[in-house]
Amino acid sequence: MTKIFVDGKAYEVKADQSLLQACLSLGLNLPYFCWHPALGSVGACRQCAVKQFRDEKDTRGRLVMSCMTPAADGTRISIEDAEAAAFRKGIIEGLMLNHPHDCPVCDEGGECHLQDMTVMTGHDYRRTRFPKRTFHNQYLGPLINHEMNRCIQCYRCVRYYREYAGGHDFDAFSSRSQVYFGRYQDGVLENEFAGNLVEICPTGVFTDKTLKRHYTRKWDLQFGPSVCVHCGLGCNISAGERYGTLRRIVNRYNGEVNGYFLCDRGRFGYEFVNSAERLKQPLQRQDGKLQPISKARALEALAGLLADPKKVIGIGSPRASLEANYALRALVGADRFYTGLSASAARLTAVALEMLRRGPARTPSLGEIERADAVLILGEDVTNVAPRMALALRQSVRQQPMRKADQLKIPRWLDHPVRELAQDQKGPLYIATPAATRLDDVATETYRAAPDKIARLGYAVAHALDAGAPDVAGLSEAERSLAARIAEALKSAERPLVVSGPSLNSEAILQAAANVARALSAAGRAPSLSLTAPECNTLGVTMIGGGSLADAFQAVKSGSADTVIILENDLYRRASARAVDEFFSSARHIVLLDSVTTPTVQKAELVLPAATFAESDGTLVSSEGRAQRFFEVYPPVGEIQSSWRWLRDIMMAAGRREAAAWQDLDAVVASVSDGIPALAAVAQAAPSASFRLAGAKIPREPHRYSGRTAMLANINVSEPKPPEDSDSSLAFSMEGVFAQPPASLIPFFWSPGWNSIQSVNKFQEEIAGPLRGGDPGVRLLEPSAAEPRAYFTPASEPTSGSAGEWLLVPLYHIFGSEELSRLAPGIAELSPQPYVALNPEDANALGVQEETSVTLSLESVSRTLPVKLMPGLARGLAGLPAGILPIEGSGLPAWSRISRA
Amino acid sequence: MLSPEERHEIEEELERYPTKRAVSIDALRIVQRRRGWVSDEALRDVAELLEVSVDEMDSVATFYNLIFRKPVGRHVIMVCDSVSCWIMGYDRIREHLTKRLGIQLGETTPDGRFTLLPIVCLGTCDHAPAMMVDQHLHRDLSPEKIDGILAEYP
Ligand code: SF4
Ligand code: SF4
Ligand code: FES
Ligand code: FES
Repeated sequence: MTKIFVDGKAYEVKADQSLLQACLSLGLNLPYFCWHPALGSVGACRQCAVKQFRDEKDTRGRLVMSCMTPAADGTRISIEDAEAAAFRKGIIEGLMLNHPHDCPVCDEGGECHLQDMTVMTGHDYRRTRFPKRTFHNQYLGPLINHEMNRCIQCYRCVRYYREYAGGHDFDAFSSRSQVYFGRYQDGVLENEFAGNLVEICPTGVFTDKTLKRHYTRKWDLQFGPSVCVHCGLGCNISAGERYGTLRRIVNRYNGEVNGYFLCDRGRFGYEFVNSAERLKQPLQRQDGKLQPISKARALEALAGLLADPKKVIGIGSPRASLEANYALRALVGADRFYTGLSASAARLTAVALEMLRRGPARTPSLGEIERADAVLILGEDVTNVAPRMALALRQSVRQQPMRKADQLKIPRWLDHPVRELAQDQKGPLYIATPAATRLDDVATETYRAAPDKIARLGYAVAHALDAGAPDVAGLSEAERSLAARIAEALKSAERPLVVSGPSLNSEAILQAAANVARALSAAGRAPSLSLTAPECNTLGVTMIGGGSLADAFQAVKSGSADTVIILENDLYRRASARAVDEFFSSARHIVLLDSVTTPTVQKAELVLPAATFAESDGTLVSSEGRAQRFFEVYPPVGEIQSSWRWLRDIMMAAGRREAAAWQDLDAVVASVSDGIPALAAVAQAAPSASFRLAGAKIPREPHRYSGRTAMLANINVSEPKPPEDSDSSLAFSMEGVFAQPPASLIPFFWSPGWNSIQSVNKFQEEIAGPLRGGDPGVRLLEPSAAEPRAYFTPASEPTSGSAGEWLLVPLYHIFGSEELSRLAPGIAELSPQPYVALNPEDANALGVQEETSVTLSLESVSRTLPVKLMPGLARGLAGLPAGILPIEGSGLPAWSRISRA
Repeated sequence: MLSPEERHEIEEELERYPTKRAVSIDALRIVQRRRGWVSDEALRDVAELLEVSVDEMDSVATFYNLIFRKPVGRHVIMVCDSVSCWIMGYDRIREHLTKRLGIQLGETTPDGRFTLLPIVCLGTCDHAPAMMVDQHLHRDLSPEKIDGILAEYP
């Protein structure tokens, strides 16, 4: 801690930060533009000027940039000083010379940092009389809008896009008043994290194009604190609604998870909630066709189906909440509940869970991943599977080079010198995958091979770290020495990290990753092991426990069950069409609860419309093992309701009185935490519904929310009572107290004078630190202190196909591989068409070119697909897009012949 | 496509710098010296050779006002519009030039002979007003002198 004086008052602040950061941490208002907590200081905009005094006797002082000046012990500054204030006002005046003053038609208006800073500095009158320069705007793809005239040249966008996110197709062009930020030519921004430009840019240059199509000002949106459902990482999001449709997603800061950033799948995938594919009414199959029926009739029909409860099984879902899964389990009984994971996913998740429970490696948060200083990735294309983690890994490679700055006593937040010093140096990051990945540009070395060989490399690394770990035979000289280099890099790091996961359906890869972690621990290191999870609650449903989908199929096949209740799950994504068809034709009754129309809907006899994340509450367990609560953004319309409510109603209809206790979310959460020991802590994920903030509920709407009395006047002129929310301490209202709620209950960030998302400054214990009271979520997984398990033993030989066969491997796509986000038009537009990828040399040998149609066979079904040449793909492999062809659960990798169609 | 000579010259530069990217400006100058300007195509070729994105290469190219991203005439007139020249009668010089050439700043004469551009201080304030034509500095300008100067550039 150091002591600084601001306007004559003494404050204790943390050392190692800039004055700007220190002042903002103290809650003082000091305007800034070019500084960003995740990007550091460059001193470009001159907006953060303060007066600095030598000592108490110095009355003249001098202007300094607070973002460039360390908060050294004894520093005396003044923010209020007249000269400093006039300087800041002048800077804004200069920045605004060419600004179009078009706030009323600007999507940023009402949540614009430029507006906020302009008001803060008191610049309220335009004196220049000269013409303004104008620019052409670019088409940047379906997700982001460009309006360059609003630019104030802070350079944040280009620093974020190129230096932080590693993008190449974006830059600053020209000079002086002509500086232009964009692409060389119109075109889709290639970086998977481009959407963060919307929040990084302090003005309305980059805005959310999906919001534009159903635009609503921030102050008119109703928000819910929510959790992203589009991968297993559990990034925190703030989702906004108006008139019963979801309008947009912005980042909800969580210091340990997503920090300041989301991926584009998470930010723009939300439109599935508004899609035409939504199920809105109960449906019943009559004469072969699904017909709408009333809720009462649906429940009546269900009560009939459940007459013989022993014949009923439930299939849960990795994309449904703990509460929904648990309610289904309660309905059918623990031994008749199946997790809904494919057999292989179930096995791999169970293996992963056991590894993380037994230790010795600990599962790191995303924040910890960012701070790792040597990383080995085994088998995962992180950018396309767990996107936000890739952005964290990209920062991790800066850890080692930054030590050089530490030695020279250059503070890490002084961005330019630190980057200049590091130049192109990167800390160790080794990537072993079948194909090229989007992190290769920062990798120390990459290794391209089939899944089995990737596992073998991992085993060899473990053996190189600890001779007690089993070795593998038959590695090439090059592979051996690569393993030795990886081992050396991990061993000499302070915070080594191994990243792996189930993407390649390989238990051997997971075991190899566990061996590396175990060997690191034997070598005296404290390793982290991060295992990706494919869906938002894969870990959660696995912790509830139950058989896999294959077991469920078996239960029906064997005749022990004939009625199936399926929860938020499209079985066609998890098993081969043949197996699913067979299952459906042998089951007598299929009941489905889901929010969107899927192929499974076509097989159901009864369909109940389930709420999406936006219209429901619940808890998800991320791949870190963090349980996080998401809250309703707006009440579901019509017959839609949360799955757990449907399941409760079904139980009640079937005379199961115990379900009567489930009147609100807390009651279900309590049942989950009592019923499943591993989930005992889930109640702590967020305060209960009885929590009150200064005696009142927390408003979901900004206090300027307009039109409440009139917005439903077309239906009824008397203003209806706002809907009650019995499930949480949030209210569907703007009424309440302005005070900081507990971190997990912050619907949106706003603070007086800080209308933009940068108001998050006011909610943190310190800038870029945890939210006050601790970041949201509760960790459920910590390695046990017990003796770590023995090393896994590798198979003696890698598997091989017969002559002329290719190993088909899944290739993942951030846009396209995930089920729900694909229904968002912007994401759909960016999703690839089905293909089979081949290394160009392999293609050559086969005599095929790009786009040539070839035929391959998968589970004895033959498919014809166009060839896509993929230079980074390992020889002998053929890549198929995961989740795009209906092959997800069918057990890739698989061997097949490939021939010209 | 870069000509073999251009490629060769750029490759020679590569040896003098620690990274390929550092050669960006030199490479653009090499191309411009031979072609008068840097076309989109040439920009892409240079970017590919130096293994940087076109966006990054164009960022460099557009930052420097002496790298021309549009075709220019046989001769480029750069007339100083900075403060000393402005005091010493830049307005008259510009007016005369635009009238004589029949073009505005930033334009090229229809016969492709001259391009007229403004430029910052040429470092010869003691002989203001000044302009540069191609590589030659012309000082203590007056409208009368200009006609003679232009005649030197067929
Ligand atoms: S586009 Fe936005 S972020 Fe980029 S320089 Fe301009 S104002 Fe700053
Ligand atoms: S990384 Fe995953 S959880 Fe985070 S925003 Fe993207 S899809 Fe959502
Ligand atoms: S914020 Fe300090 S100079 Fe821009
Ligand atoms: S101002 Fe024209 S040469 Fe200096």
